[in-house]
Amino acid sequence: MVKVIIDDIEVEVEPGTTILNAARKIGGDIVPPAMCYYSKLQGSGGKCRTCLVEVAAGSATDPRPMPKLVASCSTPVNDGMVVKNKTSQRVYDNRAAVTEFLLINHPLDCPVCDQAGECHLQDLGFEHGKERTRYEEKRRTFDPIDIGDKIKLHMNRCILCYRCVYTANQLTDQRVHGVMHRGDHAEISTYIEKAIDNDFSGNVIDVCPVGALTDKTFRFKSRVWFLKPMEASCECTKCAGKAVIWMFGDEIYRVTGRKDKYGEIEDIDGKTAWICNECRFDKKDKSMWKIEGPRVINRHSVISQNQYIADDQIESKKLTGK
Amino acid sequence: MGRKLLLEHANVPGIETFEVYRKNGGYRSVEKALKTMSPQNVMEEVQASGLRGRGGAGFPTGMKWSFLAKPEGVPRYLLCNADESEPGTFKDRYLMEKIPHLLVEGMIVSSYALGCNQSYIYIRGEYMWVLEIVEKAIAEAYSNGFLGKNILGSGYDLDLAICPGGGAYICGEETALIESLEGKRGNPRIKPPFPAVKGLWGCPTVVNNVESIATIVPIVNDGGAEYAKIGIGKSTGTKLISACGNLAKPGVYEIELGLSVEEFIYSDEWCGGIANGKKIKACVPGGSSVPVLPANLITKTAEGADRLMTYESLAEGGFATGSMLGSGGFIVFDEDQCIVRNTWNFARFYAHESCGQCSPCREGTGWMEKVLRRIEHGQGHMHDIDLLAEINKKIEGNTICPLGDAAAWPVAAAIRHFREEFEWHVTHPDEAVKRNFGIASSHMPLI
Amino acid sequence: MSTIATNEYINQPEPEFSAEKMKEVQRIIGLFPEGKQKSALMRILHIAEEEFGGWLSVPTMNYVARLLNIQPIEVYEVATFYTMFNIEKPGKVVLEVCRTGPCMLVGSDQIIEHIEKKLNIKAGETSADGIFTLKTAECLGACGYGPMLQCGKHYHEHLTPAKVDELLDTLRKEHSDK
Repeated sequence: MVKVIIDDIEVEVEPGTTILNAARKIGGDIVPPAMCYYSKLQGSGGKCRTCLVEVAAGSATDPRPMPKLVASCSTPVNDGMVVKNKTSQRVYDNRAAVTEFLLINHPLDCPVCDQAGECHLQDLGFEHGKERTRYEEKRRTFDPIDIGDKIKLHMNRCILCYRCVYTANQLTDQRVHGVMHRGDHAEISTYIEKAIDNDFSGNVIDVCPVGALTDKTFRFKSRVWFLKPMEASCECTKCAGKAVIWMFGDEIYRVTGRKDKYGEIEDIDGKTAWICNECRFDKKDKSMWKIEGPRVINRHSVISQNQYIADDQIESKKLTGK
Repeated sequence: MGRKLLLEHANVPGIETFEVYRKNGGYRSVEKALKTMSPQNVMEEVQASGLRGRGGAGFPTGMKWSFLAKPEGVPRYLLCNADESEPGTFKDRYLMEKIPHLLVEGMIVSSYALGCNQSYIYIRGEYMWVLEIVEKAIAEAYSNGFLGKNILGSGYDLDLAICPGGGAYICGEETALIESLEGKRGNPRIKPPFPAVKGLWGCPTVVNNVESIATIVPIVNDGGAEYAKIGIGKSTGTKLISACGNLAKPGVYEIELGLSVEEFIYSDEWCGGIANGKKIKACVPGGSSVPVLPANLITKTAEGADRLMTYESLAEGGFATGSMLGSGGFIVFDEDQCIVRNTWNFARFYAHESCGQCSPCREGTGWMEKVLRRIEHGQGHMHDIDLLAEINKKIEGNTICPLGDAAAWPVAAAIRHFREEFEWHVTHPDEAVKRNFGIASSHMPLI
Repeated sequence: MSTIATNEYINQPEPEFSAEKMKEVQRIIGLFPEGKQKSALMRILHIAEEEFGGWLSVPTMNYVARLLNIQPIEVYEVATFYTMFNIEKPGKVVLEVCRTGPCMLVGSDQIIEHIEKKLNIKAGETSADGIFTLKTAECLGACGYGPMLQCGKHYHEHLTPAKVDELLDTLRKEHSDK
């Protein structure tokens, strides 16, 4: 085990652990945000640069600070390493700059975006955003396209985290979408009109940190914070059938995987509980699910604010509109 | 004229053929290394030579080699980076076009030293005809027993092949090069792990520039110590300089490191001064990524010392008043050139070449390009200048690979040394549009 | 815009290399260890472009993917990343004029303008007779010999308007009767 200090808190982790995962072991608000890293997807991380931290001391044997900020998701810890995240103004400033970079071409269409309320970019903007933009140029735009009959791609909102690419590589037998072009014209695309058609393809929606990939069966149906998330399970031959069903009264508006506070699908019985497309898109009837109880949402999110009230109150809210 | 270690025979007719090359002393280093030296001996000579990577970063080659992991039963690879794409740099092309066998010879000796049995040359796709020249040289080396199984009866086997890129500056970055060689998009990898541990196909890999590898030949022939006698301090040996821009005699020159910049620019032996009898306004001494120097800091440092063609002297004064030797792409601007237009041009280059993987580079390079384009076209504001400075500070150091820095430095340096020219574009929008060649009467003291 | 290839070529049958080219392709695949045939992709795409009309149509890319036993999307990703590959059908002759700093210092802007006027097109367009496509390129590594343009495998260096005229005439003659 190696010892590392992050924001003045000491933690012991296995050698080879990344700074980010060491911070997650400590938990709380010292955990750097991560827009592209996804612990369940091999090879992810390093790209968005929002998890940059300052290494004030490299290791016990070589306590020199690292000259550049490092991506905490892909930098392994050394014994005696001292890391500054929340305690570093430099980290805050540069993270704010990364946020600005991610937002200059973003459409800021949160009012009509299905991801609003559970969007990591929204959270990041809230914590690090500037109140006005300095970007006077024309924003880059793409047309929204369907990739398959159940998934909508809004490339304008994409931050090119590559998570959906890794998901298709690692969960499905054939990847039919990828990153085309390069630079600020890089885009996620199928290149030819082709449906993403695979039992697990819907997971690209769950891993997307922003509203670039959304569930067409849920599109414009409701704001997520008006829904009640319930843990539910079903008998499924393709996946573990452990999901979160998002209810409005007795109706299931959408089905997602069970995401933890970092937005990652949880492990159940030692296996990441990705759900299959049938569970996600087709099982919209309450009778198809065994409801296990309310889902605890412990992210800082509007969803967690207004959730845990009894069903009858939701009903009355629906009637009075308040 | 200084000593020529690489280009000595460049103009011998037929030197691109095995026969002529061999007659002029070619492949001696292979014979010497394979017959009389152990791989470790070769490595020691390279370390003793003080050779620094000629691709731009200037990292000691011997040290880079020493980092190569050597796990049992795992192949190791030597890759030659011939993806020469840094604006202002065209030396590797010259070398490969003229004396392809020098590179092949260098690859054999270097591969021997590193214990590689399969090596590749990755050449930029635009140099397709150069690829054919080198491929022919490789075939000749095979048929003469310098490549393949049991080279010269030494028991050492080596296969060498050349592969093209497809038009992407970023593939000059070593991990992007590896990705590209694996048939993928040229996205630089997240480090660690470094290629020396996990490179091509997950195996330990060394990536060296064409010129660095060619230089191994004279180092093995004459010994590292002899090589180290050339040059000054930590800048040992000779270096190919690609001289271009508004020079009377642009071209590729092999200089002994330590030559004075003044002599290099103005002597008839080298560049012969500025073209058309004009004055020098600025110089980018090491390829487009390095900071531009205004006229008063080119031949002299801020302290008034003579500026020399060495890694150290060109960097004298840090980024405030210095620059870098970089890849040796020596770009000279005459008095009529517009710094704003050129800065925009470079910014456009980097925006075009960004792989788009990490956000500061993807978004930042495009942003800088757009702001600079506005300023150049008479639509700039005063606050844009500070905005540019701010953007480039936030790109620098925050990206996956050095392309972010390479995009940021030229903009920062141009604003640092030529701020008035940017301001002039803002305050004189109409003139800036009409006279987009810029302001000939620059405020900078002209030599 | 979004990149979804929707041209008339998309549903054409896949092309095929001639037996002779196939030999060359197999040689190239053989330069890499067993199982690493994907490494041959770049070079094969160059050959495919040369063989199949100067560009990479969807059927061409699907064919290459099949040859190398990789997914078509992996080919699309690579073909769109690298600027040398044409994913739109160009004219018979593609002129790529370098416009980066060192070439600009010695007059590449004027050369581009000259060609634009001469062919009555803008950079990025194809001339009305379908012969020339004019493109601008970033640094082609001929900085000391600028202004320059690349046409196929050839570099034309130290360009002047007169030299450009001569080149255009020659190329037009070569390609107009084909």
